[in-house]
Amino acid sequence: MIKAILIFNNHGKPRLSKFYEHFNEDIEQQIIRETFHLVSKRDENVCNFLEGGMLIGGSDYKLIYRHYATLYFVFCVDSSESELGILDLIQVFVETLDKCFENVCELDLIFHVDKVHHILAEMVMGGMVLETNMNEIITQVDLQNKMEKSELLLADKCSFA
Amino acid sequence: MALKIVKGSIDRMFDKNLQDLVRGIRNHKEDEAKYISTCIDEIKQELKQDNIAVKANAVCKLTYLQMLGYDVSWAAFNIVEVMSSSKFTYKRIGYLAASQCFHESTDVIMLTTNQIRKDLSSPNQYDTGVALTGLSCFVTPDLARDLANDIMTLMSHTKPYIRKKAVLIMYKVFLKYPESLRPAFPRLKEKLEDPDPGVQSAAVNVICELARRNPKNYLSLAPLFFKLMTSSTNNWVLIKIIKLFGALTPLEPRLGKKLIEPLTNLIHRIYLFFSQILHHLSAITLVCFSWLIAFLFFITVLISLSSGMPNHSASIQLCVQKLRILIEDSDQNLKYLGLLAMSKILKTHPKSVQSHKDLILQCLDDKDESIRLRALDLLYGMVSKKNLMEIVKKLMLHVDKAEGTTYRDELLTKIIDICSQSNYQYITNFEWYISILVELTRLEGTRHGHLIASQMLDVAIRVKAIRVFAVAQMATLLDNAHMLTGNTQRNGICEVLYAAAWICGEFSEHLENPMETLEAMLRPKVATLPGHIQAVYVQNAAKLFATVLKSQEGNTDSTTAQEASQLMIDRLPLFVQSANLEVQERASCILQLVKYIQKLQQKDVEVSEEVCALFAGELNPVAPKAQKKVPIPDGLDLDAWINEPPSESESEDEQPKAIFSKEEPKHSRPRHTEVDEKELARRREARKQEQANNPFYIKASPSSQKVYQETPGVEHIPVVQIDLSVPLKVPGLPMSDQYVKLEEERRQKERAEKKKKDKKKRKEKRSGRGKKHDSGPESEEDITPAHMVDIVTEEMPENALPSDDDERDPADPHKKSSKHKKKKQKREKEDKEKKKKKKHHHHHHHHGDKGGEESVQNGTVEEEEPLPRRLISVMLTFIFLFYSFDRKAYDIQGNLQDGSQVVVSVIFENKCDSFLKSMEFNVLDSLNSKLQRPEGSGPHDSLTIPFQLPPGVSNEARFVFTVQSIIMPQKLKGTLTFIVKNEESSTHEKLDFKLHFTCTSYLITTPCYSDAFAKLLESGDLKSSSIRLEGVNMPFHHLLARICFHHHFSVVERIDSCASMYSRSIQGHHVCLLVKISSQTVSVDAKCDEPTLLGNVLDEIKQTFSQC
Repeated sequence: MIKAILIFNNHGKPRLSKFYEHFNEDIEQQIIRETFHLVSKRDENVCNFLEGGMLIGGSDYKLIYRHYATLYFVFCVDSSESELGILDLIQVFVETLDKCFENVCELDLIFHVDKVHHILAEMVMGGMVLETNMNEIITQVDLQNKMEKSELLLADKCSFA
Repeated sequence: MALKIVKGSIDRMFDKNLQDLVRGIRNHKEDEAKYISTCIDEIKQELKQDNIAVKANAVCKLTYLQMLGYDVSWAAFNIVEVMSSSKFTYKRIGYLAASQCFHESTDVIMLTTNQIRKDLSSPNQYDTGVALTGLSCFVTPDLARDLANDIMTLMSHTKPYIRKKAVLIMYKVFLKYPESLRPAFPRLKEKLEDPDPGVQSAAVNVICELARRNPKNYLSLAPLFFKLMTSSTNNWVLIKIIKLFGALTPLEPRLGKKLIEPLTNLIHRIYLFFSQILHHLSAITLVCFSWLIAFLFFITVLISLSSGMPNHSASIQLCVQKLRILIEDSDQNLKYLGLLAMSKILKTHPKSVQSHKDLILQCLDDKDESIRLRALDLLYGMVSKKNLMEIVKKLMLHVDKAEGTTYRDELLTKIIDICSQSNYQYITNFEWYISILVELTRLEGTRHGHLIASQMLDVAIRVKAIRVFAVAQMATLLDNAHMLTGNTQRNGICEVLYAAAWICGEFSEHLENPMETLEAMLRPKVATLPGHIQAVYVQNAAKLFATVLKSQEGNTDSTTAQEASQLMIDRLPLFVQSANLEVQERASCILQLVKYIQKLQQKDVEVSEEVCALFAGELNPVAPKAQKKVPIPDGLDLDAWINEPPSESESEDEQPKAIFSKEEPKHSRPRHTEVDEKELARRREARKQEQANNPFYIKASPSSQKVYQETPGVEHIPVVQIDLSVPLKVPGLPMSDQYVKLEEERRQKERAEKKKKDKKKRKEKRSGRGKKHDSGPESEEDITPAHMVDIVTEEMPENALPSDDDERDPADPHKKSSKHKKKKQKREKEDKEKKKKKKHHHHHHHHGDKGGEESVQNGTVEEEEPLPRRLISVMLTFIFLFYSFDRKAYDIQGNLQDGSQVVVSVIFENKCDSFLKSMEFNVLDSLNSKLQRPEGSGPHDSLTIPFQLPPGVSNEARFVFTVQSIIMPQKLKGTLTFIVKNEESSTHEKLDFKLHFTCTSYLITTPCYSDAFAKLLESGDLKSSSIRLEGVNMPFHHLLARICFHHHFSVVERIDSCASMYSRSIQGHHVCLLVKISSQTVSVDAKCDEPTLLGNVLDEIKQTFSQC
């Protein structure tokens, strides 16, 4: 199971937080801060796995992260997930974002966090991996966006009328 | 564009959408909080509007604010409103907000049930999808119960997009509403073979998560998963399945056998592919990632399944070799995963990992903490007597360098784990170990003061020879207590003082200057320590006081003794005022005692003896299993309820949890036993905790010591401000490093002496042998402990049963009771000298005559070890009679159920002069054969033999075994424990034996008529085989009689030197023989419907004739 998915920047500012277990807001913020603290002090050329956090789930808990330019993508998972699998998933996530936003950068995530959530919802559901095929994910996201657009267009027409 | 027009067309209240909000927050960096609070006010206004678009926009902004840590639960009702919008755009916003901030205690969730149901059945697949996604985050038990049916229907939706989400969410539903598992399971299983790979993968995902909780119930799915594994191309599915097999194979070794071949093939294939890529690319790209994933998990499975099969060392070797290449790789991720996989192998195959010690030690110096932690984990299995000091020295260096407390604490626990494993097996110098422990006390802000303390206590109590040294060290520690306590009293490390005080008190006779230590223990500063430590201080001050009095006994000048009393009287009142009850009580008690003693002293009465008597007697460690070994008195039924069991309503709460383990009806057990087990486990845990905190208990295993990690620790409390450039040295405390040097020198010396001796010998012998390699590294056995250390054995109750198996902790493969063995060997030697005994082997052939039935013995008992091992000349003859039993079996043909029982009759004969009683018979069940035990007893309980044996008497006992497959012979290991009683003493003895179930013993002599026999042969169902026996020197009828007698055959027909014979197995296999003899050569042509059985029977026949 994936316990949480966090995206924050090099200064620890959260860009996306998705918890699959409930915590109240204060604890969520604390988890984000501590995770940032753990991850940010690591060198660039060390491995992408990190143990020893005591935040969620105690000992059966691992951080798997990737650092892209200004952003950290961190997945908090338990032992049922495979480490490289999750790394792969992060890559798929980032590539999907890249396709959906056309050359994604931190600003896209800052201003369109809702869209990032919608994309993520097509990949991970309730802490379990739903889809890993990038084309499938993009197709579904696009179809939903199209639906949204047509609804808005309809709303416009109504309001004009 | 559209949005702008909308905005322009109506004068809307809101002109701020999410982007505006974000921009605003970025522009108000200085007064962010203030800006956000105005925004929240605006949002509140917007939420009051009737326009759903406005509301949705507001909720969208709230979702963003929630991420920044603002509580938005006050808007829960508005979120529900937005969720129920008919437009997908708004619905999606609503569900997203709900998934981010709803949880079980959100009360508006109750209102959503019907809305969600409506969305689930919406014709628009994305409405359904969005509802499922949202629900997966906030599903509650109520929602799960109400919606389980709707979701189950969706599992067979026409759109794979919905199917896959519905399947995945079922796991959450099962968690919240376990009753839904049973009805939904068949459909879930069906989805494993769904045409859409996404749905298939979701189903695999769910079943794997379920199986992780309770693998046993999912064994039946193994064939299906096997099929999936060989056919699936989806790496995710593959990994999940392999992980699942990893959980299943330990339960069903046959599964492992089936897997091993395809897996080994795959490893080779994947590895080949992988190495090609490695050659072409310097960095690991995504392409090979997926391959690697599969590769690594094949390995882990191999490892877990091989635990059931010892003879797959080749595959393991292969794995370890490939892993080594991974670890040596420059890519840190591969290194990490390689080490992770290694640690899994270490659990089952420590030897194959040990050969890569160099590599793992190298990883300890890695710059990456994650990798160092993994390597640390592996170190546990790497140490030996030879390298322990070196490894620990290295670790101590890391401790000094370590920055984070987590890593340092991990190092500390590992050092202690490594040193204390297997009953301190690898420690050759306990002085060194004590100094290591003392050095560890200087760690700043560690949480493991407790752990260090328990080690100090353990070593001081159990290693007698070290006490003098330990006491001296502890006295110094006490003297420097201020350095440990620092300024905060909630410091983990001060736990060490608990141990120090106790050791100084209990072994005060070894103290050089008890008076000084007494003074140190009664300093006013002590009152700032935690209560339980103060209590130990007070109690042990009294012990010290007694020692001081004793040392002054006979001394004409009584000033020292009086000074001691005065000191006690002066200082104890401080403790009498303590807020801690325990401290108060002990202090006031002792204070009064000392006052009385003082009075006596003033009258010049010798009191020291009486005072010492207060603390007389040695406190021996109690074995952790001692309690278990206390025999249950007659008439005490531990299973009977003392009070009526709690009413149903109370156990209701427990029910949902239990359901996961009761998936299949045949596994379900009566409820009360399950609750019982839980309760037992809880109690056991509590007891362990208690024992862990009690210095008189020895920890059962390192795992119990880890309990300490859970005690809330205090971080960042400086112990002492230490300047690192100056060597750390508490005055008077030795440095552990010096021991490493000393040890080195000592070994050198030993080696040199040995060399000398060798030379001498050689000279004496003047043998012309070539040069011996003296300079080579000494082997493990050559390293002798620095000083003879006698590890105090643990106390056991008086009539406990000594069983070696019990001592060994099955969870710990590295543990070897080598200390134990050595002692035993010594004892054995002595015994041998006392009584030279011959090895006896009795194979009594017994001829039982039961109701005209001829039954013959072919079971033999093999003692596992030669008999001289035993102290007293107890000879037991086991005579095994095998009745291929259950007479029904051959009355009712084909009734296989009855054919699964075998009765073993054992004749116990007491050949010694002592009385034997309390005999207990136990056999280690195999998968195939199980000893039938009375109902209610566990699978490892032994059976009590219902009689006692006076000298020279024999008696027979019968044991029923259930056997599943009879086609292979097998041996069962067992033990017989008994009490040998003679006039002087009674001792416990143990005899290991093996029961040999030959295939012949499963055959029943069955008469057969020649026409039936002919039909049988004609039927063509039988497989044939034959053997040839050379040099048989006996008349033909003797030969036949012998086959009949030993192998339960009956002669069907005999013509001259040719005979046909028949027998049947208890499971109805027909065995037909055609025996011919011509000049000392016998040929046996045989037919049977089970070729394996036939082969084995023939082998046994051959055996019989080769013996004569």
